[in-house]
Amino acid sequence: MVEIGHFALVLAFALALVQSVLPLAGARTGNARMMAVGGPVALAGFALVALAFAVLALSYARSDFSVANVWENSHSLKPMLYKITGTWGNHEGSMLLWVLILTFFGALVALFGANLPATLRAGVISVQGWIGAAFLLFILATSNPFARLSPAPIEGRDLNPVLQDIGLAIHPPLLYLGYVGFSVCFSFAVAALIDGRIDAAWARWVRPWTLAAWSFLTGGIAMGSYWAYYELGWGGFWFWDPVENASFMPWLAGTALLHSAIVMEKRSALKIWTLLLAILTFSLSLLGTFLVRSGVLTSVHAFATDPSRGIFILCILTVFIGGSLALFALRAPSLTAGGIFHPVSREGALVLNNLFLTTAAATVLIGTLYPLAVEALSGDKISVGAPFFDLTFGPLMVPLLALVPFGPLLAWKRGDLLAVGQRLMAAFGGALLAVLVTLLFVDGSSVLAALGVGLAAWLVLGALTDLALKAGVGSVPASTMLRRLSGLPLSMFGTTLAHLGLGLTVLGIVGVVSFESENILSMRPGDTADIAGRVLRFETIDPVKGPNYTEDRASFSLLDEAGQPYASVVSAKRFYPVRQMPTTEAGIKTMGFSQLYVSIGDQTADGALVVRIWWKPMVTLIWLGALVMMGGGAVSLFDRRLRVGAPARRRGQLSPKPGEAAA
Amino acid sequence: MTRKQKRLSVIAGAMAFLGLAVALTFYALGQKASYFYMPGDLQAATLQPGQRIRLGGLVEEGTIVRDQGTEIEFSVTDGDSSVKVHYSGILPDLFREKQGVITEGSFGADGNFVADSVLAKHDENYMPKEVADSLKEKGVWQETTQ
Repeated sequence: MVEIGHFALVLAFALALVQSVLPLAGARTGNARMMAVGGPVALAGFALVALAFAVLALSYARSDFSVANVWENSHSLKPMLYKITGTWGNHEGSMLLWVLILTFFGALVALFGANLPATLRAGVISVQGWIGAAFLLFILATSNPFARLSPAPIEGRDLNPVLQDIGLAIHPPLLYLGYVGFSVCFSFAVAALIDGRIDAAWARWVRPWTLAAWSFLTGGIAMGSYWAYYELGWGGFWFWDPVENASFMPWLAGTALLHSAIVMEKRSALKIWTLLLAILTFSLSLLGTFLVRSGVLTSVHAFATDPSRGIFILCILTVFIGGSLALFALRAPSLTAGGIFHPVSREGALVLNNLFLTTAAATVLIGTLYPLAVEALSGDKISVGAPFFDLTFGPLMVPLLALVPFGPLLAWKRGDLLAVGQRLMAAFGGALLAVLVTLLFVDGSSVLAALGVGLAAWLVLGALTDLALKAGVGSVPASTMLRRLSGLPLSMFGTTLAHLGLGLTVLGIVGVVSFESENILSMRPGDTADIAGRVLRFETIDPVKGPNYTEDRASFSLLDEAGQPYASVVSAKRFYPVRQMPTTEAGIKTMGFSQLYVSIGDQTADGALVVRIWWKPMVTLIWLGALVMMGGGAVSLFDRRLRVGAPARRRGQLSPKPGEAAA
Repeated sequence: MTRKQKRLSVIAGAMAFLGLAVALTFYALGQKASYFYMPGDLQAATLQPGQRIRLGGLVEEGTIVRDQGTEIEFSVTDGDSSVKVHYSGILPDLFREKQGVITEGSFGADGNFVADSVLAKHDENYMPKEVADSLKEKGVWQETTQ
């Protein structure tokens, strides 16, 4: 039964080799039939990898312990959801998911790329084939998920308890859709370099893929952050851990790519730079895959790593990054450079955005890899953590965030900074007000925190200003306003949402970093603790039996002024007997945008319980903001201009309005 | 300004910005990176009181002492020498005797190591890489059979 999955993978590898060679060879020799092979082969490759994945998932669902991978990572008592998500909660299955998503994107290009020039489409599909072949070979040669055990054990060894959570169902698939989605941008860049031609249309073709990948990656990182926040029981949302950085670097580069592609599409400038960014973004994704899977860096989040197999990924990484950059160096000089423009203009603002974002990505890269370099050179073991990133990444982000509201208001070609400043006066006034309110009513001692709140308000109001101006708020009647709003292209709402979400995330970060309060104490049932003006009473601690664990469940109540409980929080210490592993289940109570976070520790010698309580003001905005950003990306994706195949349809159906298509 | 001068000034601005970023990065790497030590390396190291380091090793058997409240004391050992660590708070779930740990903090003026974080990865075979490498160098590494 599982051998079908193994065969399907081998076949998929063979098809990937065909996909790597034929379409591209056809494109180079002008052979249309060879080019046409690409689409069906990409679809078939996806179908085969999907079959292999389904077979593995089915083995997990049926707890088939004759499969070594299932035996190592599953247990018959585990709830069904965790049995299925356990498919990718291990090295082999996780790599299979990676390839599944890669071939999925290849199939999407084959399906929706009908209006691309045939040679470009063939090139893109071939490059996707290269990546697919490399990673399929990796799985088949070093990480076969279908290896059998004989005799089959009766019971499995269970999944790492930390992974037995709904987060495993959401975070890795979203993250991989983002990571791997950038492979399409990479393939477009490499195909364009091989082709030796690039124009503004290229940016329009590549933009929906960038948007999709970026949206998924934004959601994936945010969900990973929230998962670590509630599951690890430390109450932190970001640790500057190497594994987090690994996903954050492609996000920064991808954000830069998203913005530079606009310049290329609208003004035919920054072509070579955009091409380079497309290559770098996916290179950082590959680097991330290597860092996470090989475990070369100490991380709290890495599971089931294997250094020996890391070497293989390092080889893939070297070939693809080195090869694409060499190709870039070879071909870029022959590409026609774009036009030049005035520094104060929309283009100029987007260049500034790129300068900040890529520099920030570079500092994160240096901070992440520096310990490796030092250890290789001097043998000293060092770690680079939050203090480093606070000092380097922070100063880069603050000016960038302060400049964000200006960008969308500046005109193309030549902008008027003074006029834009005047339009932003209302937003600036609002931000100032936020600073004052924070200083007067929340905390007068921390000017920096108040400025942070002001910055967040500036971002949110600045994003809304753009939309309000376009709709003519205040100067036209409401009906005209609504008509104007509905006439705006969706990508404009996308920009507003994304920038607004960024403001919300900043507000959440400032809120929790500046105004968080914490209380660690040992409590006995009946004891109360004060936290941020609230009173929490420890009620009881009871043993409870779960499906594949036992837990000590501690109940707490929030008391009102009369001493009556009005809300309860439950935190638990679980023990999974199969793996002999304890976990902490944090108790979280969401109130508005803020959260009360209760985490319990060990019992002290005399039976009291160590309890750690946090009040985290506005913390949920960090992730809600990211979801709003993700929504912005999705809204932009549905812009008519970007709909693949739209030009063909527009010719027939829509009344031609010159200028609208380019708006 | 001519077009060429304008362009040059933009490029110069970008270069200055990048230069600043590079300088800041190297300054931060020099100042903010924390070094990793095993207990046995501490004699040879010259540490200022208050300098942040990461101290790693195995939790020595029978040294974990909890008081009535949140204070915990334990020793970190590399097989030869050991260092007493003070920590206040909740230990990671997988903190056990004879398990690898990395503690982060600094030596106080009284020579005690005060940790503000105790690191443990959430995996049952967890051995921080630094600790594993150092133990292998010292030849006291034993493959744990789970």
